[in-house]
Amino acid sequence: MSTATYAGVTVDVNEEGFFEHPEQWTREIAEEIARADGIETLTDRHWQVIDFMRREYAEKGTGPTVRVLGKASGVSVKELYALFPKGPAKMAAHIAGIPKPKGCI
Amino acid sequence: MSSRIVILGAGTGGTLMANRLRRRLPADRASITVVDRDDRHVYQPGLLFVPFGLARPEDIVRPRGRQLHEGIAYERSAIDRVEVERDTVVLAGGRELPYDVLIVATGASLAPQETEGLTGPGWGVSAFTFYELEGAAALERALAGFTAGRLVVNVIDMPIKCPVAPLEFCFLADWHLRERGVRDAIELTYVTPLDGAFTKPAASRALEGLLGEKGVHLVTEFNTGEVAYGAEGHGGMITAYDGREVPFDLAVVIPLHDGADYVARSPGLGDELGFVPADPATLQSHVRENVFAIGDASDLPISKAGSVTHFEGEVLTENVVRFLDGRPLDAGYDGHANCFIETGFSKALMIDFNYDTEPLPGHFPGPIGMPLLKESRLNHLGKLMFQWFYWHTLLPGRDIPGVGADMPMRGKHRPDPAGARATPDEEEGIP
Repeated sequence: MSTATYAGVTVDVNEEGFFEHPEQWTREIAEEIARADGIETLTDRHWQVIDFMRREYAEKGTGPTVRVLGKASGVSVKELYALFPKGPAKMAAHIAGIPKPKGCI
Repeated sequence: MSSRIVILGAGTGGTLMANRLRRRLPADRASITVVDRDDRHVYQPGLLFVPFGLARPEDIVRPRGRQLHEGIAYERSAIDRVEVERDTVVLAGGRELPYDVLIVATGASLAPQETEGLTGPGWGVSAFTFYELEGAAALERALAGFTAGRLVVNVIDMPIKCPVAPLEFCFLADWHLRERGVRDAIELTYVTPLDGAFTKPAASRALEGLLGEKGVHLVTEFNTGEVAYGAEGHGGMITAYDGREVPFDLAVVIPLHDGADYVARSPGLGDELGFVPADPATLQSHVRENVFAIGDASDLPISKAGSVTHFEGEVLTENVVRFLDGRPLDAGYDGHANCFIETGFSKALMIDFNYDTEPLPGHFPGPIGMPLLKESRLNHLGKLMFQWFYWHTLLPGRDIPGVGADMPMRGKHRPDPAGARATPDEEEGIP
């Protein structure tokens, strides 16, 4: 495990940069990670996805897949890719400060 | 007191659960009712062979009712919904089936309509799926007339049933096209949303090696957004959400999978995709303690495959009996899965794994057995023989000799971290 510093706060992350402890996350941190990931400004639509991801994680212990995001977050899969071009599930999980989604097997 | 057990679905899971429970529970202890909307039990592993003329559709279908033993009621009806608050199944037409224990075994269903454009004019003309009987038969006709061009095998997204089947299709297609002498005129491409050929690292490497040997192009991390067909449905283009494009003349598509329709109409029963959230070790649903799920119908983090269902059946039978007795459940299912992977030229390889252990090389079920992660004729014969075991051992709910629910470590080799040489697992006492 290593650490990263966002918005002046040091947080625990794994080797791929995903949060180990989602409770260390703040909205300011999200803005900063987003900028580092190439998203200049987080819009309301970004936030809708980020908040949904955090709720899902709190409830189920893992982040949702793209398909579940498309069905349940209120944002279509097409728009998800426009908002998070590097892959919605991974990129939004990174910004939302939750571990990398386990995905499907 | 007699309890009412209702099982939804008479496929692999529903049938083997009904037969196992009937044997465990005397008639005065529990009634068992199985519901299914049709009387066609398809041996699904056989679907792979139909497009190549290696199995005829009628050879892999039998009546559902005949697979159920005496003392089991078979209700042939569609299901409208389950009302978990009232412990009641409502059948299409309104009749109600109250239950004390419910087992959801209605599998996964295909949802080609959820991919933009897929079911357009080319569906059944130049794009097919072999994941159901009619599609597999239609694909046989299309493949027979295919002599040159681009053949694309496209997995839209996970989860799917039998994640190795699309790879097996590639291997068999390569063989089939070579036998016909047209392989050189056909470009064969495998397009997957995964970052490799398969979900587990060691198996993924082995399977990617095979794809390479057989001249199959591999396109990874491709999330299909849209399918567009050419004039009159002939050929077309698959486009990913990130803009990448794969043109095809003949496409073999594995559509999105959902749970059964009625799950979505049953408040609280399923997740967003219609699969039933359940405990990975006990198979008890998170919805209600008297609701259980088996096989493809559950949301368990394991392959949707018949072998999984078979191994789950042992644990679930025990747990339904324990539940009726008011005893604690057995957290006994370890995620054991076992698959033959047909590789063409009368060979196959085998993989065996569970929640914690990825497919490893070695032999199954013990040091003397079928080779793991390695092509052999023995595995191919095993795959062919398995159809007999399916109807005569697995569905009747008997154990296959030497093959238990728990994944065996005997006979497996853990590659050492340097990857230099595989060594037997000493802890397991391999001679």
